[in-house]
Amino acid sequence: MYRSHVLVCGGTGCTSSGSPKIIEALQTEIKKNGLSEEVAVVQTGCHGLCALGPIMIIYPEATFYTLVTTEDIPEIVTEHLLKGRIVTRLLYKETAEDEGLNSLNETDFYKKQHRIALRNCGVINPENIDEYIATSGYEALGKVLTENTPDQVIQSILDSGLRGRGGGGFPTGLKWKLAKGNDADQKYVCCNADEGDPGAFMDRSVLEGDPHVVLEAMAIAGYAIGASQGYIYVRAEYPIAVDRLKIAINQAREYGLLGKNIFNTGFDFDIDLRLGAGAFVCGEETALMTSIEGNRGEPRPRPPFPAQKGLFMKPTILNNVETYANIPQIILNGPEWFASMGTEKSKGTKVFALGGKIRNTGLVEVPMGTTLREVIDVIGGGIPNGKKFKAAQTGGPSGGCIPTEHFDIPIDYDNLIGIGSMMGSGGLIVMDEDNCMVDIAKFFLEFTVDESCGKCTPCRIGTKRLQEMLEKITTGNGTLEDLDKMEELCYYIKENALCGLGQTAPNPVLSTLRYFRDEYIAHVVDKKCPSGVCKALLSYVIDAEACKGCTLCSRICPSGAISGKVKEAHIIDQSKCLKCGACMEKCRFGAISKK
Amino acid sequence: MGSQKNTVPFAGTKEQEAALLKVIADHKDDKGALMPILQKAQDIYGYLPIEVQSIISNEMNVPLEKVYGIVTFYSQFSLNPKGKFKVSVCLGTACYVKGSGDIFNKLQENLGIGDGDCTADGKFSLESCRCIGACGLAPVLTVNEDVYGKLTVDDIDGILAKYK
Repeated sequence: MYRSHVLVCGGTGCTSSGSPKIIEALQTEIKKNGLSEEVAVVQTGCHGLCALGPIMIIYPEATFYTLVTTEDIPEIVTEHLLKGRIVTRLLYKETAEDEGLNSLNETDFYKKQHRIALRNCGVINPENIDEYIATSGYEALGKVLTENTPDQVIQSILDSGLRGRGGGGFPTGLKWKLAKGNDADQKYVCCNADEGDPGAFMDRSVLEGDPHVVLEAMAIAGYAIGASQGYIYVRAEYPIAVDRLKIAINQAREYGLLGKNIFNTGFDFDIDLRLGAGAFVCGEETALMTSIEGNRGEPRPRPPFPAQKGLFMKPTILNNVETYANIPQIILNGPEWFASMGTEKSKGTKVFALGGKIRNTGLVEVPMGTTLREVIDVIGGGIPNGKKFKAAQTGGPSGGCIPTEHFDIPIDYDNLIGIGSMMGSGGLIVMDEDNCMVDIAKFFLEFTVDESCGKCTPCRIGTKRLQEMLEKITTGNGTLEDLDKMEELCYYIKENALCGLGQTAPNPVLSTLRYFRDEYIAHVVDKKCPSGVCKALLSYVIDAEACKGCTLCSRICPSGAISGKVKEAHIIDQSKCLKCGACMEKCRFGAISKK
Repeated sequence: MGSQKNTVPFAGTKEQEAALLKVIADHKDDKGALMPILQKAQDIYGYLPIEVQSIISNEMNVPLEKVYGIVTFYSQFSLNPKGKFKVSVCLGTACYVKGSGDIFNKLQENLGIGDGDCTADGKFSLESCRCIGACGLAPVLTVNEDVYGKLTVDDIDGILAKYK
């Protein structure tokens, strides 16, 4: 028995900011102080508050330390662990009270959250199957194998109203039902862990923080549809997730929770890992299966649907990591429990990866129906540096930018589509006044052009033309006619592309045209970029009153565009200026600005 | 995936080839074995020059054209060797809105190479990458296993100097 447990976050964010070194230092200090028998150090998954990492929680007090460095460790060990005195300067501000500690669940960041998919993340050691089992892990698998028929399992999932968390929102139970209905000698259960949306890391956190939940859910799915083999297709760029999955699969095999005759019921199920190799299109279900088969990951036309002919031409279901993470809880708590959360058509919770211009960058899980305003202003802590909010981007390269006027709609699949965006896998990037929406649209189109597999013409050529038109606009050569042409092309691509990637690729353009048309017009009519991002449209000017004539700028200008006498105001020759911004960076008097 | 021309002559060793042949023998009969074999081959050689692709094509009895088609499809596979220090700049959305585009430009300028290329002395290679999931530290770059976060353009010289 340990009297104290020190939980250190081992998610990617905290690992990147040095948590492995902190664990090392902790163990050394604990040993030095002779506490090895009394204090246990546990590496956990993500706590969500990535902006303040590395994060450490000490139980039983539940002290939440943020931004911990290795230099803090001796103090934490000698003060807190040895003498029982909390190191207040490291406490998460909101939990620090005059009289003691505030509960973490009372803080703005956590109080509106409801963690189902992230239930175990940051709570258990993901590399230890016993800790998963101790939090009722594999109980749901045992229950379905011994008490339920496959049809009952599918009915529970249908009744829960769970929809695919990968973005499309297809009812999970229906997918399973279709696959069960197709007879075949072999069927497959696949897990989509190829989280390709830039700025989204929900699935990664589940895999890193609670890998067994995915294995358990896949086995339940295997039982429901009659499959004995599963594949997890995971990004190779997620080394920690891959390692923990490997460990988890081996442990589950050792315990007889994967393999032959699970729970002595005659049910066989095993799982293999397949690593992705960096292709966004492989997040599309048919492309993912083509990739597992060992080919170029190009999508196939549907029908036939995967439930009929999927992986190796056998009936297959493919669900995303977060979808699976909900399954065991639905089985244990009942579909009614799950369906009691959320909106009419979107049940349960959704995990979002909050990023961009926001204070509390990190991972949050909220009930469906929570408003964007609550997520951004309350949980996210608002926009830093006193800047003005401009847009929230959801759905990654397939989604759209949402302006302030839609901030009070409840988040669910259908509402987001209604305002021209989509749920996507859950990336939520906040942008402020310094972000140019035309530039953002161009950024996403560059991404799509790069990632288009090239199989169908509307996507291969259409997205390239869109990108060229955006390039033309951001370099000041666009016309109003281009805007109309672009819109027409967008609808054409949406209607004709082969797979989800192409069909949704125009969304960033359409949504910015819809909500930020004035910015496009500023680019094409006034030849100005209101946010000061598009370089070709900027001009650097020197304020004659603020300029002291120190000559520094004229000396560092790489193109010799700045002239002026000592102690007199300098001038920038716009025809020579390269717009590199070096002068503005170096000016000590703030006399240079871009317009 | 950068320029396709091979700047460095192939210098595979007998040991590397033996390791590759073993990988192929072990996995040849797995379903969809080509991808995992290519991934392991890249671990062995560091990249996938045409010579390595030929070995895989011959041993697995798959047309070289199919192997090449797969290698060029996935961005993780590289036809060119990587530098001793692999510099990757995250151009995911969260990093991009916080200015990683400028950081990437600065690196191209400093190293004198483009996306996916390697410096002539083999020391640095540069690539843009998609989200690495450390959005709390945006904008982020990595040099091999080291992660640098909350960057500004001014930090670049100092970071590169550590490896020079």
